[in-house]
Amino acid sequence: MRGDHMLDKIEENIYELPIGYKEGMRVPGRIFISESLLEMVEPGTIEQVANVATLPGIVKYSMAMPDAHLGYGFPIGGVAAFREDGGVISPGGVGFDINCGVRLLRTDLTVDEVKPLISDLIESLFEEIPSGVGATSRLHVSDSELTEAFIAGARWAVEQGYGTDEDLEHCEENGCLKGADPSQVSAKARKRGRPQFGTLGSGNHFLEVQYVGRIYDEDIAKRFGLFKGQVTVMIHCGSRGAGHQICTDHLEVLSRAVRKYNIDLPDKQLACAPIGTPEARNYFGAMAAAANYAWANRQIIAHWTREVFAKYFGDVEMPLVYDVAHNVAKIEEHMVDNRLERLYVHRKGATRSFGPSRKEVPSDYRGVGQPLLIPGSMGTPSYVLCGQDRALELTFGSACHGSGRIMSRSQAKKTYRGADVRASLQREGIKVMATEPAVLAEEAPEVYKPSHEVVEVVHALGLAKKVAQMIPLGVSKG
Amino acid sequence: MRYEFLEHTADVKFRAYGSSPEEMLKNAALAMFSVMIDIETVRPESVWEVELEAEDLEGLAYRWLSELLFLFSAELAVFSDFDISLSHDGAWRLNARVRGEHIDRKRHSFETEIKAVTLHQFEVRPGDSERPWMLQVVLDV
Repeated sequence: MRGDHMLDKIEENIYELPIGYKEGMRVPGRIFISESLLEMVEPGTIEQVANVATLPGIVKYSMAMPDAHLGYGFPIGGVAAFREDGGVISPGGVGFDINCGVRLLRTDLTVDEVKPLISDLIESLFEEIPSGVGATSRLHVSDSELTEAFIAGARWAVEQGYGTDEDLEHCEENGCLKGADPSQVSAKARKRGRPQFGTLGSGNHFLEVQYVGRIYDEDIAKRFGLFKGQVTVMIHCGSRGAGHQICTDHLEVLSRAVRKYNIDLPDKQLACAPIGTPEARNYFGAMAAAANYAWANRQIIAHWTREVFAKYFGDVEMPLVYDVAHNVAKIEEHMVDNRLERLYVHRKGATRSFGPSRKEVPSDYRGVGQPLLIPGSMGTPSYVLCGQDRALELTFGSACHGSGRIMSRSQAKKTYRGADVRASLQREGIKVMATEPAVLAEEAPEVYKPSHEVVEVVHALGLAKKVAQMIPLGVSKG
Repeated sequence: MRYEFLEHTADVKFRAYGSSPEEMLKNAALAMFSVMIDIETVRPESVWEVELEAEDLEGLAYRWLSELLFLFSAELAVFSDFDISLSHDGAWRLNARVRGEHIDRKRHSFETEIKAVTLHQFEVRPGDSERPWMLQVVLDV
């Protein structure tokens, strides 16, 4: 990578970008990455780490996880925390797909039971769970129901009969970010959000049927209810048009706030407002509403997934292992200079990784840590990790979220054909359904970094511990 | 050249050009929709009216592209023709007649769905007689 001579190696897998690298940096950058993954990082990503370091009230470091790559505003894989007094909140640290996230359902079925039916199963999931560009939901919510979902998140969905109370215990924030303010959600965001409520979306979003191929930690796997050969379902999606519009609307407001509060920014997408100002409060309220929409969305999709499985396998139990957000800003308590402080932690393409000491870990995982769900690219393994307390010291309790792109979509389409990608996955026994073949080319496995390398770095640093590896059986794509 | 795409690993980056701000905004809209769909397959059967206002041309350009994405998503419509007129007296105003049609799955095949227009490296560069107007955009896809 060009520009890596600017980085100081602090220890194995930790690199520091010194304050002097860019004018206005208030703290150094910290990139948690291996030497070989660093080779694949574009110079622009380092610039983005430096840009974030210039924001007012940033605490300790502007950080990037091992899956870091070029984004807009924050890098993808970017983590930064801001103090309540003097800090800012920025949609550049959250992204447009607010609370894009992943959930994992486990079953009591084995790979041998499911494999013979995988083709039909994926086709049914593809039919029952709307996906793709312009897909509309079979759910028809009223405006007041939408408001309730903005406020209550996954709980709203459970109250409507989509899932159980146990599901909520196994969601980060119990599937509801407090402080949502639906009055800050525009009519436009509602108009986009209503028909898309209960849809998967397109691009890198997916629903995957997989099986546990390998267990790394028997004890923790047991606590998470995982065993070798077990079939699981991974759902990756976010807040759809509602979230995209909420971010667009507030980005404009915050751009004006930057001038009003005289904040000097190296990138317009880092538009922000000081915590405590009306602009910051309003954005946070709207962002939380979008986060809750996303949790309700994943809850509804999980319920439909269970219905499809019930058609094939009868009375099958499908408990939720966990649901993580990977594009969100949250208020969390962290130790800073031996004092407990309330911080606004932004994770943009990064997952919370809380170890056993945190009270936020669900009661039945206490003493172990929260699960982290790391999807692989299409056709490659996904991972379940377990949060470690070391992450609180290093990264405000954060770790990676995926594998990270290394090839652009346009290059991918020049290099691969959707039909070939489908055929090659089919040869490996992986059934793929997608609305558009172009999506398959754009999401070909080779356009991503190897997810196992990213996971190894996280494990080696002690940010999170490897628990299980899941192998894909079939995927429904947008 | 109406527009060109620049390399960006995770998202889509383009520059749209024009001999006037109106033409630049039109070409930016064409560039944006060409990311999602083959514009040739869009029939300009229906008309949508767009009226926008912003403090400066850059703000107006952001609103313009965001408004088109909103219409795409909310109306499930795609567009291929943009008739734009601009005025400015302190604030910038845009009036546009946008032609296109509702999505028809039988004829419209989609590529990458655009989530939003970002402000990252968003830039309007005014032109002169030598060089045309330029708008640089990074889309979140």
